[in-house]
Amino acid sequence: MAAKYIPLTGAESAAYAMKQINPDVLAAYPITPQTPIVMKFSEYVANGEVDTVSITVESEHSAMSATVGAAAAGARAMTATAANGLALMWEIVYIAASTRLPIVMGIVNRALSGPINIHGDHSDTMGARDAGWIQVYSENNQEVYDNYFMALRIAENEDVLLPVMVCQDGFITSHSVENVMPAPDQVVKEFIGKKKFKGLLTAEKPFTIGPLDLQDYYFEHKKQQHEAMKKVFPVIEAIQKEFAEKFGRKYDVIEEYRTEDADIVIMGMSSVMGTVKEVIDAAREKGIKVGAVKPRFFRPFPGEYLKKILSKFKAVGILDRSDSFGSLPPLFTETAAVFYTSSTKPLVKSYIHGLGGRDTTVKLLEKVVTDLQKLSETGEGNFTSEYLGVRE
Amino acid sequence: MKKSSIEINKHPIDKYLRRDRMPHIWCPGCGLGMDITAFIEGTKQANIDMNNMQIVSGIGCTGRISGYIKLDAYHTTHGRAIPFASGLKLANRNLTVVVFSGDGDLFAIGGNHLIHAARRNVDLTVICVNNFIYGMTGGQTAPTTPVGAFSSTAPYGNFEKPFNLVGVAASAGASYVARWTSLHTKRLANSIAKALSNKGFSFIEIVSPCPTVFGRKNNRSDALGLINELRDRSRIDNSANPTEIPITNYGEIVIGDFLNEPRPCFSESFEEGIKKTKERIEK
Ligand SMILES: Cc1ncc(C[n+]2csc(CCOP(=O)(O)OP(=O)(O)O)c2C)c(N)n1
Ligand code: SF4
Repeated sequence: MAAKYIPLTGAESAAYAMKQINPDVLAAYPITPQTPIVMKFSEYVANGEVDTVSITVESEHSAMSATVGAAAAGARAMTATAANGLALMWEIVYIAASTRLPIVMGIVNRALSGPINIHGDHSDTMGARDAGWIQVYSENNQEVYDNYFMALRIAENEDVLLPVMVCQDGFITSHSVENVMPAPDQVVKEFIGKKKFKGLLTAEKPFTIGPLDLQDYYFEHKKQQHEAMKKVFPVIEAIQKEFAEKFGRKYDVIEEYRTEDADIVIMGMSSVMGTVKEVIDAAREKGIKVGAVKPRFFRPFPGEYLKKILSKFKAVGILDRSDSFGSLPPLFTETAAVFYTSSTKPLVKSYIHGLGGRDTTVKLLEKVVTDLQKLSETGEGNFTSEYLGVRE
Repeated sequence: MKKSSIEINKHPIDKYLRRDRMPHIWCPGCGLGMDITAFIEGTKQANIDMNNMQIVSGIGCTGRISGYIKLDAYHTTHGRAIPFASGLKLANRNLTVVVFSGDGDLFAIGGNHLIHAARRNVDLTVICVNNFIYGMTGGQTAPTTPVGAFSSTAPYGNFEKPFNLVGVAASAGASYVARWTSLHTKRLANSIAKALSNKGFSFIEIVSPCPTVFGRKNNRSDALGLINELRDRSRIDNSANPTEIPITNYGEIVIGDFLNEPRPCFSESFEEGIKKTKERIEK
């Protein structure tokens, strides 16, 4: 049977992928704009289309706790949340990573309160960047769908055993319909395979999770988390390759768009990169040598990849959909740090955009292109940061 | 500017509302409008100085109340209204502090706070609007959803046993407990006045129609029909034991002024404790 596109929102794409993963346990609490993922999944549960035991717990703190408990018992356990939900999970988010549980959590990125706002920005997951989770960011609905399967494989890889957040932008992605090509169940089944992770609390031998770990070994355990992160990119590369073979869609750690002969590039994550590509196509028509660079992962940070890729360009504009008050924003800072010892490095400019779901328009991005042209010619504005589209 | 040709009639409680925030976000037929009116009436009846009153809410359709009433108000995060309110009250005991929030906010994500504030008898009036569902987020199962009722996370009916809110509050130690529906405006207002005058933890459950979400999912989307239904299913029994009157999907809703047993509130017990310790040291 020929593969067929079906129209799905980003949230439905996530739910569809979760259905095909067929986790043992789902524990979730509703929060806009994550709600349609869990509502759709509840339908699958109620219809008996999955074998999942799902529980609508009383808060996100309980959702993450139950997910951790289920994973510790050896289940494939999943949850999904956004913004304040992730913030309320905080304590257990760290526990999940430090106990090395291969959980996949859907995140629909939303601005953190306050003031309260339900629209998309990355302040929630950027705040959780040091929690020890792998983070993958999705540009569109197809990528959302595909990332769930790859995330599961990465999380459950024996060399990794770390939880993964699969991020998509609130409303812009989660509530917009696009054509998505789902894979047949059998293809998914073969790709994700049977879960090898048996859990921590198996009946075979008594095992205590989370006892006191003071000056004696805490430090070593933290270092182990770091060591595990170091093993992630080779695993991702292998899984992305296998994914391409089985699903026919190829992903890289960093996606490059029209960069072959580019002098300047715009770099950013998630949905804004769709608009960036439009702007680049239009600028190319005018003969401007501009391209785009899209890191798909923020944790682990793909520094070595970026160093290699970005050093080819004269100037890079880095879009952050979150702020770090009193400092420079995260994608910018971490990218700039990579070049500290390099003799060849691009000029860089930081843009904070789209906070609270503010639209990052073609016009705003055209200004970035103009800025970068100037920056590459004069060097003026190097290592500065500005707010894109804010009212002064 | 050209004057509008439409004369907007004043609402009797306009004085207490933030007109600049209108139109509000609530759906036509929602019980929240009646609930606010009863609250204002109860406040007037209790002779409370509105300037000395603070309203605290969590997140949800009900939570929006803090933005529409013209009082000092704190629209806190989901579930945290009660601890915020406790802090306010402890910092300034002269304030009348009211928590106005939804059943999900107060009994799911914030359930722990409710039982502990009740146990301590913190001097707060907690008004819980029970619409049997998470309204704001699109109708998921709440800890109040009756067995058999439909929700967006229970498309073929809920099978989890819900809380009996007045029972929980009474068992945890609330010193005043009542339940009314949005339709019992006079009695509800009387109860609110009593709750405001009780120096301790007062809890009022308002069974409130949500035609848009609960109604639509449960074949009761006709707002007037749902209001009539709540009226028809209600029976007043002030002597009922609040722990014995759970609400079911279609059964009787026992309403009334169930419990009024003042006891020292948190601040009084605290002062008493300190006084005793001092006396012991001085001896
Ligand atoms: C930490 C957190 N989790 C989830 C939410 C999403 N949320 C907002 S309101 C709400 C439920 C509202 O239900 P209820 O308290 O019953 O009030 P109603 O809308 O029915 O009046 C939820 C789950 C949130 N704002 N914050
Ligand atoms: S969804 Fe329900 S509770 Fe919320 S405003 Fe509409 S009717 Fe009222």
